[in-house]
Amino acid sequence: MTAPAAGSLRMMGTLGVAGLCSGLAVVGIFLATQPRIERNRAEALEAAIFRVLQGARSRAAFVMRDEGLVRHDAANGAAAAPEIVYAGYDAAGALLGFAIPAEGPGFQDTIKLIYGYDPSAGRVVGMEVLESRETPGLGDKIIKDAAFVDSFRNLAPDPELVVVKDGRTRDNEVDGISGATISSKAVVRIINEANARWRDRLAAGLESATTARGSE
Amino acid sequence: MATPTDARDDLVKGLWRENPVFVQLLGLCPALAVTNSAINGLAMGAATTFVLVGSSLLVSSLRRWIPKQVRITTFIIIIATFVTVADFSLQALAPGVHKELGAFIALIVVNCLILGRQEAFASRHAPRQAAADALGMSLGFSYALFLLGAIREVLGSGSLFGMSLFGPDFEPWVIMILPPGGFLTIGLLLALFAHVKERRERAVQTAAASERRAA
Repeated sequence: MTAPAAGSLRMMGTLGVAGLCSGLAVVGIFLATQPRIERNRAEALEAAIFRVLQGARSRAAFVMRDEGLVRHDAANGAAAAPEIVYAGYDAAGALLGFAIPAEGPGFQDTIKLIYGYDPSAGRVVGMEVLESRETPGLGDKIIKDAAFVDSFRNLAPDPELVVVKDGRTRDNEVDGISGATISSKAVVRIINEANARWRDRLAAGLESATTARGSE
Repeated sequence: MATPTDARDDLVKGLWRENPVFVQLLGLCPALAVTNSAINGLAMGAATTFVLVGSSLLVSSLRRWIPKQVRITTFIIIIATFVTVADFSLQALAPGVHKELGAFIALIVVNCLILGRQEAFASRHAPRQAAADALGMSLGFSYALFLLGAIREVLGSGSLFGMSLFGPDFEPWVIMILPPGGFLTIGLLLALFAHVKERRERAVQTAAASERRAA
């Protein structure tokens, strides 16, 4: 066999050394890959912001404070703030709307998404799922079903969005996906909750967002 | 000790005769869970290859210094370290793939194929043989996962590597990319493997018998 029976000291020594080397290796790879992982995440978010706000050329991040919407710069850790929205501007610098990250329980795990909201029209103008673990083939249609995703391009979320089964007839209705009922309802619920949370605050903070300038 | 034939046999046996998935039926959890597309199968195979070859080499090199009573714990520490490296590297270099495989990358730690090879082979053989064995097993595992993933993707999504194969009129067999599809596919593949094996053995026997008659 491998090695002879050993005393406890040797066993402790072996495990101690193994643990130490393993710890060093794990910390090393974490430090080496972390910047890249953060950058991947930021890039994915960045791309999603411009996809849910069609026509946007620049954006600026804002957080909600007591005094209203406050500009939030990447330099002081944009990703770390919990309640953050991104204002999107067109080429002329006019405010197009907000990209609002939101999350909530899905069928299997938390669904993280971002949706575009045009405060002047009071419309949801786009939606993209950022992270989810919905069932492949069924629940993941909330990402892959183009008709479902496109239906979020022009929705009236007030008083709230509802999922319907046989074709939408009104502006606040979303066609549920057959086979992914729970997942499509989850997406709609997440947007409803986020909208309830943000609607009035965004209206109040509209001015500071309108006068701000975005960065590409 | 290690003749070239031995080393080649160590490598080849994992591909067919002792294929981890089709013959030993090891590591079925990842083999069924992530193989809903060909690319996922390949990625899981690649990650497992990295972990298995890395830990086999290390375990085999350190085998004289690892006390017998704590060998399993030590193997697990080594395996877990390689898995963590693979996990972070995938997150950094291929975030899309990592998103698809999700928790199953971390679960490579408990893939019985990997610990099994350490205990049964790497801890008893020289690094060269251990590496050959690990590589053979990994390749056998990878092509099994690729096969499962490709079959399930073609039938369940009508595509291969994300490219649509049959046009818009094809109605995908959704069940194939759901868990039952994994069981159906592996059942059929196992039957196919058993059938081929049986025919081979029968052919060998008839050849032997006719040789005896001729003599």
